Amino acid sequence: MHTATGPVTLFVATKKGLWTLNSDPARERFALSGPEFLGHIINHAVLDPRDDRTLVVAARTGHLGPTIFRSDDRGKRWKEASRPPAFPKAPDGKPALSIDHTFAVVPGHASEPDVWYAGTAPEALFRSEDAGDTWEPVAGFNDSPWAQALPPPGAPGPQPGTPDGDILHSIVIDPRDPAHLYVASSATAGGVFESVDAGGSWQPLNAGCEANFFPDPYPEVGQDPHCLRQNPLTPDVLWQQNHCGIYRLERPSDTWDRIGNNMPEETGDIGFGIGLHPREPDTAWVFPMDGTDVWPRISPSGRPAVYRTRDAGQTWQRCDHGLPREQAWYNVLRQGLAVDAHDPVGVYFGATCGEIWGSLDEALSWSCLASHLPFVLAVEVGELN
Amino acid sequence: MKVSIPQPLLSYTNGVQWVEADGTSLDALLRALDRSYPGIRFRVVDEQDRPRRHIRFFVNREQVDRLDVALAPTDEIHIFQALSGG
Repeated sequence: MHTATGPVTLFVATKKGLWTLNSDPARERFALSGPEFLGHIINHAVLDPRDDRTLVVAARTGHLGPTIFRSDDRGKRWKEASRPPAFPKAPDGKPALSIDHTFAVVPGHASEPDVWYAGTAPEALFRSEDAGDTWEPVAGFNDSPWAQALPPPGAPGPQPGTPDGDILHSIVIDPRDPAHLYVASSATAGGVFESVDAGGSWQPLNAGCEANFFPDPYPEVGQDPHCLRQNPLTPDVLWQQNHCGIYRLERPSDTWDRIGNNMPEETGDIGFGIGLHPREPDTAWVFPMDGTDVWPRISPSGRPAVYRTRDAGQTWQRCDHGLPREQAWYNVLRQGLAVDAHDPVGVYFGATCGEIWGSLDEALSWSCLASHLPFVLAVEVGELN
Repeated sequence: MKVSIPQPLLSYTNGVQWVEADGTSLDALLRALDRSYPGIRFRVVDEQDRPRRHIRFFVNREQVDRLDVALAPTDEIHIFQALSGG
């Protein structure tokens, strides 16, 4: 994995638009720009690392249907996708589903330069072969038993797994093989799933992951992974921040190890996102949230902190220098934690209070890069090399 | 026939609120609008050909909730979105 030396851009997706934070090469100053798409809910904005110029943005407004915006010049000009992700027209008598929003957009394998994947709510997987202009459903997943897409929240019938509906939120592509995919969903039949045939068929990969909201806490499916990540240097190792803890899996094993049990008991291992070091395969960062009692889902005790492991989860270090010491009640959502490829690595998070925090020493110390933004949904790093 | 485009969709019509389109039904009209302003239909009608939840259609100032409503050439169509939000 290369070491970046150029400017860093943070793409900040919020409930009211898209902002960017652009740094100088030394990352000494971050300049805030925006918004683009003022008033739109921007779920995710990603710069294609394969060409450093294609941007794909998942958007919707509160009332209009979802869409995808694309730029091939790093955001100078935008075009709307000709055919955003959408379910096929349902035959009579079959469930007639519609996409509420695209949650995640993910660039495809390096060998497939125009391929992108999208995960949606209700949970479904889509693939684009034209850099995000048109999207086709991946029927192998969407028609499988693992994608029991449900009506939106509040509608009659079985209720989805999250307040925003069932979500396919994480898509991981094996850097060695474009046909080897992992996805993760927070859904009624949720969990982590693996395909070795480019999405044609899928198998659950949830052994060892607790689902303490069922009578049987270790079902085959129904878990609630919040974020699934893979370090390209060690593609046989997966990490997940789950509703029920932090886990790590070393293939060919199919049983997850709850490394979150090594977190301090007073903090716990509940959270949304997880970030991985680009060059140190055993290093990862999490942002714990309060999962006690009624699940406040905010900084435990009002003292936000990032925790770092450098030994694959055996030990964890609290990193909060520069972060508020008290009365800071916010959260970082599953796409809100990002990492750059500089040396030392920069770690960033966007909080639900509208603040963007950055660390240039691998989370040891923090400074606030922006405040007064809307509720942050996602932060992604783009680097000019 | 004349169609009033709501403010959030004016980006599709280059800022023009009242546009012309034809169709023998509301569904046909919306498809004609989409040919003139690509992408606009999917923002108000989902992939199952249902009006989206917070979108309202009015024909001659009467609200309709079906796309198979028949239209006459002199009809006036309004498209609105709900005021709720946050």
